[in-house]
Amino acid sequence: MLDLSLLPDGGASWLDASGEHADIVISTRIRLARNLEGYAFTPRARDGERLRILTQVREAFASLRSIEDGVLVRVDELAPEDRLLLHERHLVSKELAGLNDQPVRTGAAVYLSRGVGIMVNEEDHLRLQALHSGFHVADAFGVIERLDAELGNKVPYAFHNEFGYLTACPTNVGTGLRASVLIHLPGLVLTKEIGKVLAGLQQVGLTYRGMYGEGSEVVGNFFQISNQTTLGRSEGELLDYLVRVVRHVIEREEEARRVLLRDAGYIIEDKLWRAFGTLRYARSLSFEEAMNYLSGVRLAVGLKLISGLSVYTLNKLLIFSQLAHLGHTEGRALTESEANVARARYVRDTLAAEAE
Amino acid sequence: MICDLCKDGEAVIQLTEIEGSGVRQLHLCEKCAAERGVETTLTAAKPQINNFLQTIHEQMPAAKGEPAQCSFCQATLADFRATGRLGCAHCYDTFESSLRDLLRRVHGNSRHIGRRYVAPLPTELPHVSSATELRDRLKRAIDAEQFELAADIRDKLRGIE
Ligand SMILES: [Zn+2]
Ligand SMILES: [Zn+2]
Repeated sequence: MLDLSLLPDGGASWLDASGEHADIVISTRIRLARNLEGYAFTPRARDGERLRILTQVREAFASLRSIEDGVLVRVDELAPEDRLLLHERHLVSKELAGLNDQPVRTGAAVYLSRGVGIMVNEEDHLRLQALHSGFHVADAFGVIERLDAELGNKVPYAFHNEFGYLTACPTNVGTGLRASVLIHLPGLVLTKEIGKVLAGLQQVGLTYRGMYGEGSEVVGNFFQISNQTTLGRSEGELLDYLVRVVRHVIEREEEARRVLLRDAGYIIEDKLWRAFGTLRYARSLSFEEAMNYLSGVRLAVGLKLISGLSVYTLNKLLIFSQLAHLGHTEGRALTESEANVARARYVRDTLAAEAE
Repeated sequence: MICDLCKDGEAVIQLTEIEGSGVRQLHLCEKCAAERGVETTLTAAKPQINNFLQTIHEQMPAAKGEPAQCSFCQATLADFRATGRLGCAHCYDTFESSLRDLLRRVHGNSRHIGRRYVAPLPTELPHVSSATELRDRLKRAIDAEQFELAADIRDKLRGIE
């Protein structure tokens, strides 16, 4: 079984609630898509090519100075539950973990260190990413920019004079940059303003999706906001747009929360305490239920209705109550009903330890 | 709330605009929003990426004079239309003019203005197989009837040459 404690930060430093607006913005992720010269892009490459890519970048990783104590994980050699575990921890994409419709690719790997990772043989040969707690765009980009400059000196990237950094999918070409923030917007959902706010995002080249759903169902009022276009604007401009718009969304969320408290104080208070009560005493919780109640408790903590519960604990509950994490803790794969019982126990114990 | 533009209709959508150093919100009625090309329902605002394949189908008749196949990876425009993924970096040159139109449609622009990349000199790379070395390996692979390996090596040779 995969031992995440071998990673320099246990693969969990991004949950520490250290960044700006950490109660509203769970995390900031920045990634750069890069491909190597001389090979077909990953989806078209043969197994042998992908393995050679892995060998080539592996040598380069070993001499990187901007990543310390990195650990290379051969994702293609992991059991399915361990691949799911890495994905639930936000350390690898669904595609790299072979959780989409395609099985895991030969040569799929990830090089991990504190808050930084490089996926190898994802849809692009390399996906460099930084993952930070809270709203932390500049810092996350700084890390990834240094890493990119260093790595680009050790392996030759595919770069086009007009189109920029070349990627398998033309939606990523140019800067190859995707910056996204995972944001909790219960106030805007409850005041029914969310549709208007999200619809406005597209006008400035941004896009959104729900946290866990496949685009259809948004669970727990978590949304991911990211830049939609990657070409025709500089990296700085793309990040600046995102920062300004997310700041604005945060202000709208805070305003919605004030309105809720003012106009429906006791109704909201009752709703949120009921969410807390359910999490504190339930004996079986589906993932969706847990997410929705955790959203309520997170809002209650943000509104200072519930005290003694840290944002770090709330972040941990979001991640560790997922299927593969529960199985990892129990030391075996769980059926859905077993997972529901284990989830309720985990949430109960965590809340009991901290909130009393 | 009434519409910021016509001061008449009921505002149903909030348009976000980047203005100077900040962000501006315009509250628009259905009619004014439509005039500015803004969809007013939440489903319509779902990420465009989902429509990417559809965009390819609408936008990409093969331009005249473009080769039918990429000489490096053998991918065709039909492959691209089916998967939405290009086969290799050389596909960008092979299908350049069709792609330029598509990129304008998807990103509103086809010219990269971000960071520019200068590849390291081959001598600065830790280890790059030379063409001669690869030709030797290619011969060996063919002698040994390892044709998949041979194809891989041939790809690599093409990348160097
Ligand atoms: Zn109007
Ligand atoms: Zn090609």
